Amino acid sequence: MNFSQSFRLAIKSLLTSKMRAILTMLGIIIGVAAVIIITSLGNGMQNYMNDQFEQMGSNLIQVNVIDDGSSRTVDTDDFYALVDKYPKYLSGVTPYLSPRVVVRHGSEEDSFERTSVYGVSETFYNGEKGTTMQGEKLQNGRFLSYIDVDREQGVCVIGSYIADTAFNGNAMGKVITLSGDPYTVIGVFEEKAESAKGGGDDVIYIPYTRAQRLGAGGGYSMYLLTATSRDTASAAKGLVERRLQKTFPDAGNYFVMTSAEMMDAMDSMVDLLMTILTLIAALSLLVGGIGIMNIMLVSVTERTREIGIRKSLGAKQRNIRWQFIIEAGTTSAIGGVIGIGLGILCANILTFVLGAIVGTGSADFHAIPTASGIAVAFGVSVAIGVLFGYLPANKAAKLNPIDALRYE
Amino acid sequence: MEHLIEFKDVYKIYQMGDTAVHALDGVDLTIDPGEFVAIVGQSGSGKSTAMNIIGCLDVPTSGQYLLGGVDVSTMDDDQQAEIRNKMLGFIFQQYNLIPKLNVQENVELPLLYAGLSAEERRAKAVHALERVGLADKRKNLPSQLSGGQQQRVSIARALAGDPSVILADEPTGALDSRTGREVLSFLQQLNREGNTVVLITHDNAIAVKAQRIVRLQDGRVIYDGDAHDPAAVVQPHAEDDGEVAGQ
Ligand SMILES: Nc1ncnc2c1ncn2[C@@H]1O[C@H](COP(=O)(O)OP(=O)(O)OP(=O)(O)O)[C@@H](O)[C@H]1O
Ligand SMILES: [Mg+2]
Repeated sequence: MNFSQSFRLAIKSLLTSKMRAILTMLGIIIGVAAVIIITSLGNGMQNYMNDQFEQMGSNLIQVNVIDDGSSRTVDTDDFYALVDKYPKYLSGVTPYLSPRVVVRHGSEEDSFERTSVYGVSETFYNGEKGTTMQGEKLQNGRFLSYIDVDREQGVCVIGSYIADTAFNGNAMGKVITLSGDPYTVIGVFEEKAESAKGGGDDVIYIPYTRAQRLGAGGGYSMYLLTATSRDTASAAKGLVERRLQKTFPDAGNYFVMTSAEMMDAMDSMVDLLMTILTLIAALSLLVGGIGIMNIMLVSVTERTREIGIRKSLGAKQRNIRWQFIIEAGTTSAIGGVIGIGLGILCANILTFVLGAIVGTGSADFHAIPTASGIAVAFGVSVAIGVLFGYLPANKAAKLNPIDALRYE
Repeated sequence: MEHLIEFKDVYKIYQMGDTAVHALDGVDLTIDPGEFVAIVGQSGSGKSTAMNIIGCLDVPTSGQYLLGGVDVSTMDDDQQAEIRNKMLGFIFQQYNLIPKLNVQENVELPLLYAGLSAEERRAKAVHALERVGLADKRKNLPSQLSGGQQQRVSIARALAGDPSVILADEPTGALDSRTGREVLSFLQQLNREGNTVVLITHDNAIAVKAQRIVRLQDGRVIYDGDAHDPAAVVQPHAEDDGEVAGQ
């Protein structure tokens, strides 16, 4: 009934025995903090992955064709033909090879140990949009041309990390060595990921025809296609699959996925993982609730006389019940608030630590507590207090006034 | 006319194993509005039991207890709580203040349960505290007051809700004789102002301050009459403790 007085009484009794209060709240604090940490991590992970996919482009379709040694095959020309046939859905295709190469400039090798080298065709770059399929923009020079690909020229387009590290930013016309062969720099991309080592700017693109010579493959070939838009991506995927079905009766010979699907698949995997972890964390909330119930039962016994006095002055059962429920709810709510604070603190620390490990510059990792996560954590902790406070509160409400007054 | 308090053949029997303790053994008693009654008797004679029944804290084993003409034993817990809140003001030997609440909050408690607004509560509590001369202590905790002051706070609490009956069980028992006399004269004053007062004591010197004495022995009424009648203060077992009034 009288909320403010019960609330003040609850705060007072918490303050008079701080140690006990902390111990009572510990379960709730840990549970809530764990829920906040886990949801922030999940949220951060999804944002991180989405950022990375976003940079790749949301209308990409990735195709892997397994090389089973038989004569049946779908090659680059078949894909070109497919794109020409369905201009409404497909806007480009390129082989996308990742040859294993050693990158060297002069005698310098260590700086390039994490460099990604890809073999692509001239269609990887869309002249109208002025970007590659993965969103890179040219800063200097030009991208690979049909002639470069056709004649297997030793030319390359490089990211800003390579340009800065190997050539002090003045890379045009210079030469870099890939597995012993010289490649002349014909273009440099704009920085897109803070020029970090191993990041999105630590890349080299060469003609795929040369990449094939460098020993790309590994039993499969990979293609990147672009759908005309994000919305046509899944229809476009269907077209690609139909084409592949014609050649391969066995669906195990190829693999087609849109970047949106990849994103969704990853998201739902993270979601599932987070749900499981959150449930485990919620278990400690349950334990916290039992702790509150325990201490409330003790409190009811300790305050039997007070309950007797209140009843002799006219307190009804519901007055007493509310008093103890509010006290339990206040205890768990304060525990919840502390837990939320602790959770946010830990999430920030994790952002700092994990950000340093996985942050590529292109996509920063932030474990961000969500507003809904915080609201739910707070709500759940209050609910737990009320739920587990009910039994002791009811016990107090049902006490016989004369027995309670006599209690020593 | 209707009695304020009426016991009709009231028994209170505690079953202790094989033996039945008759704390009240067929008590008939009426108290009218405006009376000042002292219930006296030796330890164990059933005084507190009687007061608990009058105070609706307990119900008789058999017989009827009517408060303002209403049979209380048929009421449920919450209805009895409401009766206590509206009609009864308790003064206990051990004061029974809530230690964590300050003086004013303690006095406000019955008003809180009566559902009064914060302002009304404050006004009535301050007024009641003024009557017992403790308005300046209203922000103190009970532990910061002397025993006599605490008992005055509990009197203020009993008064605050304007009850029909003030019940005092050994209100002076824990006080020295001077503060005891103060409390007692305060009860007399309340009675002169029209309040019905029921005082429980084992001390004849205190009992004679009432108008009427009801003497209990082994759960039975053995005297009921004018407090100034010499028979009222004669101890039936005077040789046991030699206690005589008017020393
Ligand atoms: N809850 C109980 N259980 C069993 N017996 C009880 C209980 N309460 C009281 N009694 C018995 O009933 C009798 C009357 O007790 P009561 O408390 O009314 O005495 P009293 O007159 O108030 O005595 P005192 O002056 O010592 O306070 C006593 O014999 C006591 O032992
Ligand atoms: Mg007694």
